[in-house]
Amino acid sequence: MSIITKVKRKQIEQLLEKDNRLDGRGLLEHREMKLELGLIERAEGSARVLLGKTEVVVGIKVEMGEPFSDTPNEGVLTVNAELVPFASPNYEPGPPDENSIELARVVDRGIRESKMIDTEKLVIEPGKKVFVVFVDVYVLNYDGNLIDASALAAVAALSNTKMSKYEIEEGEVKIRSGYEQLPLKKHPITVTCAKIGNKLIVDPWVEEEQVADARISFAIDDDDNICAIQKGGRGYFEPSQVFEAAKIAKEKAKELRKKLNW
Amino acid sequence: MNEKPEKLIDKKGLRLDGRKPDELRPLKMEVGVISNANGSAYIEWGKNKVIAAVYGPREVHPKHLALQDRTVLKCRYHMASFSVQERKSPAPSRREIELSKVIRESLEPAIFMEYYPRTMIDVIIEVLQADGGTRCAGITAAALALADSGIPMRDLVAACAAGKIDNTVVLDLFDTEDKVGSADVPVAMMPNLNAVTLLQMDGILTYEEFEKAVNMAMDGCKTVYALQKEALKTKYVTTKGEEESKEEEVEE
Repeated sequence: MSIITKVKRKQIEQLLEKDNRLDGRGLLEHREMKLELGLIERAEGSARVLLGKTEVVVGIKVEMGEPFSDTPNEGVLTVNAELVPFASPNYEPGPPDENSIELARVVDRGIRESKMIDTEKLVIEPGKKVFVVFVDVYVLNYDGNLIDASALAAVAALSNTKMSKYEIEEGEVKIRSGYEQLPLKKHPITVTCAKIGNKLIVDPWVEEEQVADARISFAIDDDDNICAIQKGGRGYFEPSQVFEAAKIAKEKAKELRKKLNW
Repeated sequence: MNEKPEKLIDKKGLRLDGRKPDELRPLKMEVGVISNANGSAYIEWGKNKVIAAVYGPREVHPKHLALQDRTVLKCRYHMASFSVQERKSPAPSRREIELSKVIRESLEPAIFMEYYPRTMIDVIIEVLQADGGTRCAGITAAALALADSGIPMRDLVAACAAGKIDNTVVLDLFDTEDKVGSADVPVAMMPNLNAVTLLQMDGILTYEEFEKAVNMAMDGCKTVYALQKEALKTKYVTTKGEEESKEEEVEE
């Protein structure tokens, strides 16, 4: 840790002792959230999320492809994340690094494990032809908590996704005019807690992320079940903090669900 | 492709491999298996066979990665192409890159990183055979390899998973249970410090089931921990024993 981060860590810790944060938020308070749907006309679905100054755009493309051999009766979901080089002075162009791979896989797990997409309805010809749903996360500005912002944008974009209708004529798939909604069953919400000293905070922004010991993210489905978890960072959690974070995530997800009307 | 079994737990409450819900698979650990490495360990965890080895602290490569206040920990988790049913491409998959990251973050809290500024420690984990729970086996072996290399540590890191199959929370899922079951919760911890250093989950669990699974996995970690210490002692005792017998020979 550099001298500056050490000083900052101390300042943040002192504020947390008084239940306060650098940006004046409460410990369990999210930053202001803005959600815009359908901003990319070329994509079958899209969403833009602003979480404080963190900005993420997700575009959905739906294409025809082959199913995996072990799930012949299910469509395919693929999630990818791009940390666009202008999103942070520390980002560099190049193939996805471990951070963007982790981000994509955590977003993927929330969607996949909650069974959000009714993948059985995406089958055109069992074992041969299915719809493949590409979820591409583009981080445009990094100001902390990419996981929550990206998961929110991905779920919002999926619920805004329309795919073209089709019919099968003499074994050939023909696209018809008109669109239908991507078949969805759930709307998972992901909440991340960071640990600084012995305090847990929700939605850490960049200054807090830099000094945090560790973070833990929970994806919560419509019935308050936990469907994915990821711990990250160089520090550890005490078992009691793990359970506390899970309870916080459950409550915050409920609160957000009400706000988003999901 | 194998047929999916309909039931994972039979009428007697036993699992497909005959274990009780809270029973671990047989474990075998051996420390000091790669002579070139500074520390190494081999673990057999059910059908999992994993080797972990440590090089360092040594010079940082590439140089610009060096840190002024602590060492750099690098970790590579990799599965051999023949470790699974269908041949896996030896190129690192996205899964392996993610696991390398979370495994590194699970080991880092245990190491006194600040003792070796401007250096690098390499942890290399190779899965020779996989049967579910390879990240836990990898972490357990890597912690042994680190201890074997003599790098000062706050505690060993022990790992174990719990999960849910047939509506029951069970310990240490093997491959079929992981694939057919409804949730998997791998946990790594430093048992002596009561610190959780890795926690992941996929599947669907209520909060109550989650709490039960984490507690069960932590109990598993403690059992693994005892075996780790045993394995380290065994190596030390045999090495010491060999030296003593050599000394005796000289005396004669």
